[in-house]
Amino acid sequence: MTETANDLLFDLTLTDEQRMNRESMQRFAAAEIRSQAKAVDAGETAARDFFPKTAELGLTLLPIPEALGGAGVERSPTSNALIFEDLAHGDMALTLGAVSPMAFVNTLLDQGSEAQREKYLPLVCSGEFTAATTALLEPRAMFEPTEPATTATARDDTYTLNGTKCMVPLGMDAELVMVIARMENGDPAAFIVEGTPEGMTRTAEANMGLQGAQLATLVFENVSLPASALLGAGKFNLTRFLDLGRIGICALAVGTCQAVLDYVIPYCNERVAFGEPITNRQSVAFMIADIAIELEAMRLMTWRAAARAEQGLDFHEHAYLAKVFCAEHAMKIGTDGVQLLGGHGFCKEHPVELWYRSLRAIAALDGVASV
Amino acid sequence: MINLELAKKHEETFGQVMMLAEHMMRPYSRKYDKEEHTYPKEMEEVAKLIGGARSNPGGPREKAAPGTVVNGGNMGSVVGLFGLCWGDVGLFLGMPGSGLGNAAISAVGTPEQVAKYGSSYAAMCITEPGTGSDSANISTTAVADGDEWVLNGEKIYVTDGDRCDTLVVWATLDKSLGKAAIKSFIVEKGTPGCEVTRLEHKLGIRASDTAAISFNDCRIPKANILGSAEIATDAEGRKKAFGGVMQTFDNTRPPVAAMAIGVSRAALDMTRELLQQEGVELKFDKKPVNLNAVEAQLCQMEAEWHGARLLVLKAAWMADNRMPNSMEASMCKAKAGRVGNNITLRCVELCQSLGYSEKFLLEKFARDSKILDIFEGTQQIQQLIVARRVLEKSSSELK
Repeated sequence: MTETANDLLFDLTLTDEQRMNRESMQRFAAAEIRSQAKAVDAGETAARDFFPKTAELGLTLLPIPEALGGAGVERSPTSNALIFEDLAHGDMALTLGAVSPMAFVNTLLDQGSEAQREKYLPLVCSGEFTAATTALLEPRAMFEPTEPATTATARDDTYTLNGTKCMVPLGMDAELVMVIARMENGDPAAFIVEGTPEGMTRTAEANMGLQGAQLATLVFENVSLPASALLGAGKFNLTRFLDLGRIGICALAVGTCQAVLDYVIPYCNERVAFGEPITNRQSVAFMIADIAIELEAMRLMTWRAAARAEQGLDFHEHAYLAKVFCAEHAMKIGTDGVQLLGGHGFCKEHPVELWYRSLRAIAALDGVASV
Repeated sequence: MINLELAKKHEETFGQVMMLAEHMMRPYSRKYDKEEHTYPKEMEEVAKLIGGARSNPGGPREKAAPGTVVNGGNMGSVVGLFGLCWGDVGLFLGMPGSGLGNAAISAVGTPEQVAKYGSSYAAMCITEPGTGSDSANISTTAVADGDEWVLNGEKIYVTDGDRCDTLVVWATLDKSLGKAAIKSFIVEKGTPGCEVTRLEHKLGIRASDTAAISFNDCRIPKANILGSAEIATDAEGRKKAFGGVMQTFDNTRPPVAAMAIGVSRAALDMTRELLQQEGVELKFDKKPVNLNAVEAQLCQMEAEWHGARLLVLKAAWMADNRMPNSMEASMCKAKAGRVGNNITLRCVELCQSLGYSEKFLLEKFARDSKILDIFEGTQQIQQLIVARRVLEKSSSELK
């Protein structure tokens, strides 16, 4: 029996599959991601050495039809949000990189043509990690995601791409990049760029944080693309793409904020000042209570938008507001995490300053981590 | 399966309640704000129509097979309150049957007590002149005398204390024995020795009366104690006894949080309407940082409102499904309480003179919402409860 949205009850119970999946994601996040986060951030370990390990999670395989080499599980924005949340508990930057191919696949499944799915999906479900990504942001203040300055001009059977994209996860290595641009008539469109065609240059970025995501700036100068590169024959629903990304970004924020909470509780309970644990004082305890409260609200807003997307309900306003909420509170939780550890929080010996830098990106990010 | 939309039946309840709120409450909002202490008789009709949608989430629970999810009375209650308090939180609180005493009776009453008093209009008497948030410190006494209890003391801030039929009174059997000796008693109004001595003049919710009530050798039947009359002597038992009394709050906090959701929705709706006339409309299209100041504030308030609302629904859902929810009840009360205050006050500011004027209801929504961050546990008490839970601290460690 297929239930329509109206027949459903309000429910926060995970499916058995989600519960099992969460356990394995959480294990991986603790064993493989958290252990690498600091070294990757410091540049001691290259993030690109880490990503192949994530192939065992089968992130890109799940939603791909069996005929194309995947596992053929129906794409679930809710389950995807849970995966992002759990992995980000290990580290947000590495997770953003690790899920980028999945975000690419999700967008391809969501808006690509049959021919494009058949062509590109087998490439990302070989059982090995294949770097693929999405490129939306552009380097200017007041950038408006719905009005990209990157243009695509149609000539005969080709498109010519011009513009600059930034904060592109896995930007240096991605073999497939989905680039969001504007057509001559002003309509948004997405193009799949394979490899590094002539006129395309990649530059690694140095940012406040997110080193693990291997962010890069991609410049397109008269890059010529075949007509088949245009996603979904030109009818690109940019709002939907942004909204699914918003949910993913929120999920990353939730996982990272949970990491902050899980870290400050034992630290502050053990930290003694004036002869007793600092959590015996309300000024400290209330900050932690507020982190727990706002984090729970962040999670529920993210889940709600994801569940609406999954049910086929309109979810634009919900995804948009979830991101507004998560961006604001993620920043606050990040900064409170540092504050609660005092001087120790400011030093790299503890991970809170790393989370603080990651969480500041939530507001800036868009067009990545599509669920 | 994760779904944060209301069940169809609750969606319908909400729609019906919103109709009542708009047509049968709003027209009287200003009238009873002005005529403080006047009984809003028009609300009797509303009370009759809503039947179950009270601040009392008790009542018959739906039987559910193990493993199945329930969206029951607690969910219905908060959803009803979203709508009714969008109408007017003061009028709702002044409505027959809205008393919080009903929650206590249905939570801990015997079948006989529930049968006799469950549907009466019951108010809750906890606060005393010297005791607010530290409710374990009350001084009102109950002494057994033959077939009766004799109550002595003074209670204040009794919501609906004047117009209710029944009082649930917290009193101690022996103050030297601390928390464990605190019990609650059902007192019928009109019992000799029980007298309303004063009605408060308040900042908001003026349609709801707030009474001071004194008990002078007030005699009630022995059967009117809620719960056991025994005073636990061991530490565990003492903790449990008072815990039982405090558990009532797990049921009443989400409804109060729901009131804050209702009144802040009302302020937001009105503000968006007034701003729309000035060409300001929330389209949720631009990146939030690129919005102008007014749009950005509206957007932030919408986001906060949704977050608070979902916390309320979660706490109610847990109660419906018999999950211990005392932390979640406090979380939603803390969040909705402050969000309610912030939104309603900001709306007054955004609409400038119209916000401040009595021509509109925005200034009233702000005044009304203030109490929702105070009664049933202040913001700070909720934070304290959440903090103790999260940090696994006892009340003697984290004071």
